[in-house]
Amino acid sequence: MSDTILKIDHLKKDFIIKDQTVEVLKDISLDVRRGEFISLIGSSGCGKSTILKLITNLEDPTSGEILIDGEPVKGPSEKVSMIFQESRLFPWLTAEENIEFTMSKKIPVNDRREIVKKHIELVGLNGFEKAVPSQLSGGMQQRVSIARALATNPEILLLDEPFGALDAFTRINMQEETLKIWEKEKTTMIMVTHDIDEAIYLSDRIVVLSAKPGVIKDIVNVTLPRPRDRSSLDFMNIRRKVMLALYDKESDRNIEYFI
Amino acid sequence: MIGYVKKKQKDTPLKKLINVGIALAVPICVLILWELIVKAGLVKATLLPPPTKLWKTFCSLVSSGKLQSGLLISFGRVVAGFLIGSLAGATVGFLMGLFGIVNKALSVFVNVLRPIPTIALIPLFIIVFGIGEKSNIAVIVVGSFWPMLLNTIGGIQNVDSKLLELAYVYRIKSTKTVFRIILPSAVTSMLTGLRLGLGTAWMSVVAAEMIGASSGIGYMIMFARELAQTANMYVEVLVIGLVGLAIDRILLLVQNKFSRKFKGIAG
Ligand SMILES: Nc1ncnc2c1ncn2[C@@H]1O[C@H](COP(=O)(O)OP(=O)(O)OP(=O)(O)O)[C@@H](O)[C@H]1O
Ligand SMILES: [Mg+2]
Repeated sequence: MSDTILKIDHLKKDFIIKDQTVEVLKDISLDVRRGEFISLIGSSGCGKSTILKLITNLEDPTSGEILIDGEPVKGPSEKVSMIFQESRLFPWLTAEENIEFTMSKKIPVNDRREIVKKHIELVGLNGFEKAVPSQLSGGMQQRVSIARALATNPEILLLDEPFGALDAFTRINMQEETLKIWEKEKTTMIMVTHDIDEAIYLSDRIVVLSAKPGVIKDIVNVTLPRPRDRSSLDFMNIRRKVMLALYDKESDRNIEYFI
Repeated sequence: MIGYVKKKQKDTPLKKLINVGIALAVPICVLILWELIVKAGLVKATLLPPPTKLWKTFCSLVSSGKLQSGLLISFGRVVAGFLIGSLAGATVGFLMGLFGIVNKALSVFVNVLRPIPTIALIPLFIIVFGIGEKSNIAVIVVGSFWPMLLNTIGGIQNVDSKLLELAYVYRIKSTKTVFRIILPSAVTSMLTGLRLGLGTAWMSVVAAEMIGASSGIGYMIMFARELAQTANMYVEVLVIGLVGLAIDRILLLVQNKFSRKFKGIAG
């Protein structure tokens, strides 16, 4: 097995909106190492979710290729799970039934129950196993969907703004949990986020995208040892780097002001 | 106020009593007025029998057992026709909703045949099946087929595409997707189809019996007309309305119970 688990090779994606071809992604190339934590960051509509949809084969690329463990993506890979922007739970199933729904039938029933139980605990939803989504708060629903993704034990986990709907306190808790899971399971994670601090706190590399068309503007390496101190000088310096990459040159002065 | 209304505290018993009173007051006034007008000789009692006369007729129809046996016969026809019609509607609806090809292949049939009022088919069925059970039931089959068909297709087409995306990413098998995602999503709409179907089935049976039957509540109305038993006609017509209402209410309860579950409202 090579060190590269996911290879994105000169990826291009056009959408056709009202007979007009819109170039959403252009010439995206990225090699993701096994066990790496990558964040995708960029303005709204720049194509972050589209990249994840291409990796899961929900969309086909216009040109270019995606390889998982050297195999071109032709369908949804069993190595990949995804946490969507919205929790996408089945409203008629309880929390534990939702988590079990996507698990492989090859796993014996009793083992499946064990795994569900373990993941309910992991996301701190003990006591809510039998609750249906409408009885859970937005943040709790998202935690069920996180448990669902983790319970399938993927090699690559895609996260599309997974904590966007959570309050600041729960979000930081979930970041800690994600980090623990990542360290323990060695899952390769690719996360879309709007939160620069979150990206710096978690990632090995931060991929900064620009919009229209979406191209990779910059890749910021984060080599600080974990757990990272969000108020350290090194952390601030990286934040500054990401900010500068995110915003256009002419607004530099404004950015300086904010930093 | 029309539009958004804040949830109120529970009505007090007194308020409830007043509400019931308001709902009953108008019908009671109408009945009294009706009785008085007929008694005063303003309208001929042979054309519009007074409520007291209708009540007596109702009682005698019940005690002789004629009303019950007529209703039972009509009911039997409704159940038979409704079962066949809604099952066929659900099956065809499922095929049309799930498979684009089937939908395209059948859409011309559906668009041309659906606007035909079921009653218009009665003479046709009498020619094809002869006077008797077959033609009666055929009318009901058609009457309950359409609502079920359209609501099944609608229910399937309204499945949340985000859930289907999720199923795709997690490689859920097609059969599981159909039975555990698409079917539950369509349940609410299909129950509406059942309720509307049973409503039209009840209306169709009466119409069918008036034209091509020698038993049942619809036939009883035509028979009473021939004997100029006005009071019987009024009673039978009102009973049809009440039975229709009862059927609808019962199915509404069933529907609410199920759709709460599938919309994910616990309770
Ligand atoms: N199915 C589609 N058909 C047409 N256009 C699409 C489709 N999906 C996405 N787009 C377009 O592609 C662009 C990128 O969308 P995408 O959802 O990837 O953005 P994003 O970076 O995830 O934004 P956000 O941060 O707001 O979630 C948008 O301009 C959108 O209009
Ligand atoms: Mg997005």
